[in-house]
Amino acid sequence: MTDSRASVLGNIRQALKRGAPTAEQRQQAANRIAAGKTNLLPARGQLEPKAQVTLFQKMAEEAAATVARVNDPAAIPAAIADYLARENLPARLRLSTEADITGLPWSTRPLLEISKGATDGSDEVSVTGSYAGIAETGTLMLASGAERPTTLNFLPETHIVVLSADRVVGALEQAWARLRGEFGAGNMPRTVNFITGPSRSADIEQTLQMGAHGPRRLHIILVDGEAAGGS
Amino acid sequence: MHTPTSHAFKDNARRALGDPQLQQAMSHVKKNFIEKRAKAAARLPEFEALRDAARSIKDHTLANLDIYLEAYEAKVKEAGGHVHWCADAESARQTVLRLCRAAKARTVTKGKSMIGEEIAINDFLEENGITPVETDLGEYIIQLRHELPSHIIAPAIHLTKEQVADAFREAHTDLDPNRPLTEPRDMLAEARAKLRDRFLKADVGITGANFLIAETGSSVIVTNEGNGDLTQILPRVHIVLASLEKVVPTLEDASTILRVLARSATGQEMSVYTTFSTGPRRADDADGPDEYHVVLLDNGRSKMLGSEFAEALRCIRCGACLNHCPVYQAVGGHAYGWVYSGPIGAVLNPALIGVEEAGDLPNASTFCGRCESVCPMRIPLPKMMRHWREREFERHLTPPRHRLGLKLWAFLATHPALYRLTASLAARLLGALGGKRGRFAALPLAQGWTAHRDMPAPEGRSFQSLWAAGNRNAGKQP
Repeated sequence: MTDSRASVLGNIRQALKRGAPTAEQRQQAANRIAAGKTNLLPARGQLEPKAQVTLFQKMAEEAAATVARVNDPAAIPAAIADYLARENLPARLRLSTEADITGLPWSTRPLLEISKGATDGSDEVSVTGSYAGIAETGTLMLASGAERPTTLNFLPETHIVVLSADRVVGALEQAWARLRGEFGAGNMPRTVNFITGPSRSADIEQTLQMGAHGPRRLHIILVDGEAAGGS
Repeated sequence: MHTPTSHAFKDNARRALGDPQLQQAMSHVKKNFIEKRAKAAARLPEFEALRDAARSIKDHTLANLDIYLEAYEAKVKEAGGHVHWCADAESARQTVLRLCRAAKARTVTKGKSMIGEEIAINDFLEENGITPVETDLGEYIIQLRHELPSHIIAPAIHLTKEQVADAFREAHTDLDPNRPLTEPRDMLAEARAKLRDRFLKADVGITGANFLIAETGSSVIVTNEGNGDLTQILPRVHIVLASLEKVVPTLEDASTILRVLARSATGQEMSVYTTFSTGPRRADDADGPDEYHVVLLDNGRSKMLGSEFAEALRCIRCGACLNHCPVYQAVGGHAYGWVYSGPIGAVLNPALIGVEEAGDLPNASTFCGRCESVCPMRIPLPKMMRHWREREFERHLTPPRHRLGLKLWAFLATHPALYRLTASLAARLLGALGGKRGRFAALPLAQGWTAHRDMPAPEGRSFQSLWAAGNRNAGKQP
């Protein structure tokens, strides 16, 4: 193993017409990494917060996600129940164990059957939180963790995601900055998912079909609340 | 294992042109890829500038490739993962097999990976008693048909839905033979149901990587189906197959390139799933793999890095050069005879499997330049195909008649007076022979041209003589 590592690196250095990198060359690369500099940032997402939320919704809907807006987290169970009824989906939910999700007033909708945790594939509808929304492309960002199983994002046919409007940022770069602030530079949760609309495939005759292996439906509950646009 | 047939490109192409099913399947390329890409690019004012930025990132990384790979490896280890450096395809295959055996694996699910195709991992695992299951719909279809992908991002683009239905009926014998299977949505539903159980029971999941991030030690996959994610979170062991040039320094660098990737590939603003995986599951994680391995493959890349083909290592495998290539559009991907097709295949295949095998591919170009004009990483593909033609010539792989013709032309071109005389004599002779009709249906030494269209007979004076006479606007359209 060590041998092939040395030989691959040796071949690269030969191609670059130099020997092992100098301490200075290594430091330059380390500095470039540490700087975490944003390259060219498209203007599209760089708006004031309210307009970013509007853009997020527009782009997410364009990617075939559905979006419902509520003013108060307490209204989320009702919004979900309405959605399930409208789409003729079973009133059974698998929740992530984040306090923001489990702490919602589910008892106000006693007909909803609730269970929690990672899924083995038998759950039809999941409800999770999200780390951020990216306005530029209508993309959700979800980070894995003890209370945030990744399986909930992929196995159920319907994925319902709660996104707080104050978590909407303009671009991927701004989401990375927030993540670094929380996890420390260079550290990542095991899985970071960027999700733009529901699963699809065009592999047969280039005909677009929704619901390949991931969820057929992606429904976003956007919580405006008091803080919306204020951060 | 698929033995390359790149040396037989001409026969392959002839067969492809006469294959009505292939021609029907290929007719979808224009509307679905070309128009969508153009729209997506036009919608983002910074698109061209992003292409420049993306090129600079990769150029910088390639110039410091060893440094960033070492930094990347250190971060993978820090996150509890392993990096296995592999000089060639055989060592990569052995590494994957060793990891699968250590995991006592019987089934392996696979996300789409061109490196997987390059090292022919499926056949190898199968020979060793392990069942690989492709989970991307297109890859699943071609696995059932024992074929190579004919497109980087749409592996089954060469097939009609009827051919897919036939493959499903033949493979899924436990299902009702009279079930309706006429529309793509029926076939997608069938594949989804068939593969669900495979996802849940697989012991090892193998994915490719669109990027490796030196800053964090992450591998990144970009998909639309979600199959890659199910492949990398459900099994106990996740193996990433990646080649050296996939590394970029930071999360921001990957973000910049992502902006040109999806738009160039499918015309999407962003693919449905872009996932960053870092190491195995953490102690308190609710799910995810227990082990995380990266098989880091050279297989000819370090050699390319020191050559005139280094810029091809910027490639992000979006497939735009294939979609826009008139040759690819006409003959499809299989005619190229190996894993990579289209203009990037014509540049990569000779580097990876030898100019002796794949030397004909760089000749399969009209040099129209569309590939370079749409390449998000601005790879000068036509220039590189010319470099391969030079190498082919140097190594006496070009047929004797072509060599003679080229030598004759080179002699005339370096003797301008003689060139002008010969050209004017030939033009007058052909003009006279062309007569009233003004074109030829057949010409000696030019059957390749006249078999498919008439050769126009020269008329009037040559461009050079008009130029000399001071009539500099002669050639311009009114």
